[in-house]
Amino acid sequence: MSTKKESSGENQFNVGEFLTKNSMTIALVIVFVLFYFLTDGRLLFAQNMSNLLLQNGYVLVMACGMLLCILTGGNIDLSVGSVICMVGGMAAVMITNHGMSVFVTIPVCILVGVLAGIWQGYWIGYVRIPPFITTLGGMFIFRGIGRLILDSKTVSVQDAAFLNIFTAYIKVPGLDTDTRILSPLVIGILVVVLIFYSTISSRANKAKKGYRQNSAISDFGRSTIISAVLLFYCYLLCQYKGISVMLVWVVAICLIYHFITSKTAFGRYFYAVGGNEKATQLSGINTNKVYFIAYANMGLLAGLCGLLCLARVGSVNGSTGTSFEMDAIGSCFIGGASAYGGSGKVSGVIIGALLLGVINMGMSIMGIGDSWQYVVKGGVLLVAVIFDVVSHRKSGK
Amino acid sequence: MADIILKMKSITKEFPGVKALDNVNLEVERGEIHALIGENGAGKSTLMNVLSGTYPVGTYTGEIYYNGELCEFKTLKDSESKGIVIIHQELALIPLLTIGENMFLGNEKKNRFGHIDWDLTYNEAEKHMRQVGLYESAQTLIKDIGTGKQQLVEIAKAFSKNVKLLILDEPTSSLNDEDAKMLLDLLMEFKKNGLTSIIITHKLNEIIYCADKATIVRDGSTIETLVKGVDEFSEDRIIKGMVGRPMDDRYPVREHNVQKDVALEVKNWTVHHPLYQEKVVDNNVSFKVHKGEVIGFSGLQGAGRTELAMSIFGRSYGTNITGDLYLDGKKVDLKNAEQAIKHGLAYVTEDRKVNGLILGESIRFNTTLARLDKVCSKGVIDMTAEKKVAEDMTKAMGTKTPSIEQKTGNLSGGNQQKALLGKWMFTEPEILILDEPTRGIDVGAKYDIYCLVNQMVADGKSIIMISSEMPELIGMCDRIYVMNEGELRGELDAKDATQEKIMSYIISATD
Repeated sequence: MSTKKESSGENQFNVGEFLTKNSMTIALVIVFVLFYFLTDGRLLFAQNMSNLLLQNGYVLVMACGMLLCILTGGNIDLSVGSVICMVGGMAAVMITNHGMSVFVTIPVCILVGVLAGIWQGYWIGYVRIPPFITTLGGMFIFRGIGRLILDSKTVSVQDAAFLNIFTAYIKVPGLDTDTRILSPLVIGILVVVLIFYSTISSRANKAKKGYRQNSAISDFGRSTIISAVLLFYCYLLCQYKGISVMLVWVVAICLIYHFITSKTAFGRYFYAVGGNEKATQLSGINTNKVYFIAYANMGLLAGLCGLLCLARVGSVNGSTGTSFEMDAIGSCFIGGASAYGGSGKVSGVIIGALLLGVINMGMSIMGIGDSWQYVVKGGVLLVAVIFDVVSHRKSGK
Repeated sequence: MADIILKMKSITKEFPGVKALDNVNLEVERGEIHALIGENGAGKSTLMNVLSGTYPVGTYTGEIYYNGELCEFKTLKDSESKGIVIIHQELALIPLLTIGENMFLGNEKKNRFGHIDWDLTYNEAEKHMRQVGLYESAQTLIKDIGTGKQQLVEIAKAFSKNVKLLILDEPTSSLNDEDAKMLLDLLMEFKKNGLTSIIITHKLNEIIYCADKATIVRDGSTIETLVKGVDEFSEDRIIKGMVGRPMDDRYPVREHNVQKDVALEVKNWTVHHPLYQEKVVDNNVSFKVHKGEVIGFSGLQGAGRTELAMSIFGRSYGTNITGDLYLDGKKVDLKNAEQAIKHGLAYVTEDRKVNGLILGESIRFNTTLARLDKVCSKGVIDMTAEKKVAEDMTKAMGTKTPSIEQKTGNLSGGNQQKALLGKWMFTEPEILILDEPTRGIDVGAKYDIYCLVNQMVADGKSIIMISSEMPELIGMCDRIYVMNEGELRGELDAKDATQEKIMSYIISATD
């Protein structure tokens, strides 16, 4: 067994491999730098950077759910935007028109989102109606229900408790005062310490067990870059209002779904179904249930998004959420999820969503209209998927 | 001097890991019916695919002479333009189109404006349909006529292409006896008009009935050509040619370890086709396997063996399954694959790429997939434990790979098979069902798999082996069941089993 030797040594740092593996991250950096210069540096203003994540927060949340659907075989959920309208509308009507407590409203609204997901998941998973058609139906049905609930009016929400749960900026006593905000930086430093601690302990663990190791340059280089970006971002947040609750929601959802997809048995089944459904079935896995849960979960996240959107915008009308699903789907594919299913990561999806967000924001700052933004977004999506398909064809055989 | 229409000279065709054809020679005389016979996987269909250009020139070595000239077909169209038409076992007709549309698909009759001329299309179609004795309207949908008539449509389609050399791959396998005889009579009728046919079939009685010559293919080589009226031309003689390879020590010896306890017993098992629910795939099959025993299932493709195994493995195939299943003497009802795995069954599929492995994922991912719970605590995968079991299984199976992170799609056939076996060994089965475990893999990997089987039975486990290679069953099994057309046709002790005996069980059933 001569092959055994290689596995114990460190992997050499390989520039070509690094470039292909991180192509979308590199694309993000290039686009960012490009817009930095095109906007005369305005892109990097604290307010813009803070808004970049808050404006795209709902996309990130939806994209996490959409990733699970896409993993099962390139299947998408078209109804997300309509569910947002329905759930957001319901929350607004319950709070504003009926004066109901947020502690009743929020669980009920989330439940409605889940029910919408269960409805679609049942048809897709157990009756095997094609997802495209099921969710196209859902897109119309939930949009219609949303408009019925809203009675075709715009309903706004001013309830402080509701806004506090989703959009307020966190003030930590002692760190944050009206003139000085320090909490982002403190939290940033804590996270950086955590990143380095986990890198070191994971390397030590691998060394002890004699597992294959990435080179020290790549491991620590990666941690350093992530930490630097994070600290810089926290520094910017300090200059503009601090940490929003919305940001906490978004980061928490991304972390949870990253954990599910990469570390749990349940998450792995999504990859298995997308990779080879028949083989997965014969391995004793209930593939119907996997489809069902992908779409039920999408309903849950769409419901949550409805509340986030309502809180951020402050009002809902009959066309709220229109084409939001396309942003989520686009983020997944730009972030490297395979159009055939079976591969894709939450980290990639985040990069994809940010890439779209930076393009949007950059073009908005430059004063370029919506129409051009669509053209550019579409082009980026197409290029990303062409890249995926062509690179698969090369490595496929 | 004989008028040779087709001469294939030293044809060799390799697939990754296997030599499907090894220096094959074939001569066909004008105006004869030439039968091509051999076991499954002997290389008959591959040879015909080489001839028709399905495998284009350059992917094989050797020369093809047609009407005396060297031919280099790049596509099916090239061979069809010369009048060589192949009709596959699975008919290539589109059910929702009409007979006429199907006949001229890709070859449409157009008028001078470039539109399809439907009058001409249907008129021509019916003309060719009359030639083959099919009196239907050409505007009938394919799905509305029976398989026998569909077969005739294929032949009529061949006539529309001005066929000179007609190749039929198991044309009668889906026909009943009456339709089959009609088809053969039709071929003999065409022969009088000068059509040359090559017919691939398993049914020896048909060969005796209609063929002028029979070429026997075995292990990718042509063994001999028997000529009616010159050589002895009987079923026995042909069987001898088909199976006549020597047995050598390709199989590791095993201590006889069959115990009294019955590990698995199946009684009156009947399975229906999942789509055509009135079609019986397995009919009233009963068998048993003891602890420490290897039993084999022999038969031709389509005999219902895979379907039997999969239906036992948690109803993974078929509908309307009836019959009783006993494990360790206790009656059980396994509703899905998960329950089957929990009860100690493992089914290693014949089609590792479609039903077995997730090719885009690593060996590690595949190894643990069927029992992920074994490396999980509270639903969270212990990556360290997972890597360890994947390393251990890879080592135990002797899978050759640079790392357990290698995608299974990048492994060779033999190593894929070992990775798949590793996946199922990880489920710690009591009863291991191996479906064509050595198909398409090299001799060394085969031997490793045989050793694994012996190791399993030495530990008191049971093996059910489905194989189309009779020597493999005779070499490895304690008992052999013979199946044909969904029914159990015989049971042999491996000590008395010979290939001739097994073949005669199969053949006698098809008469």
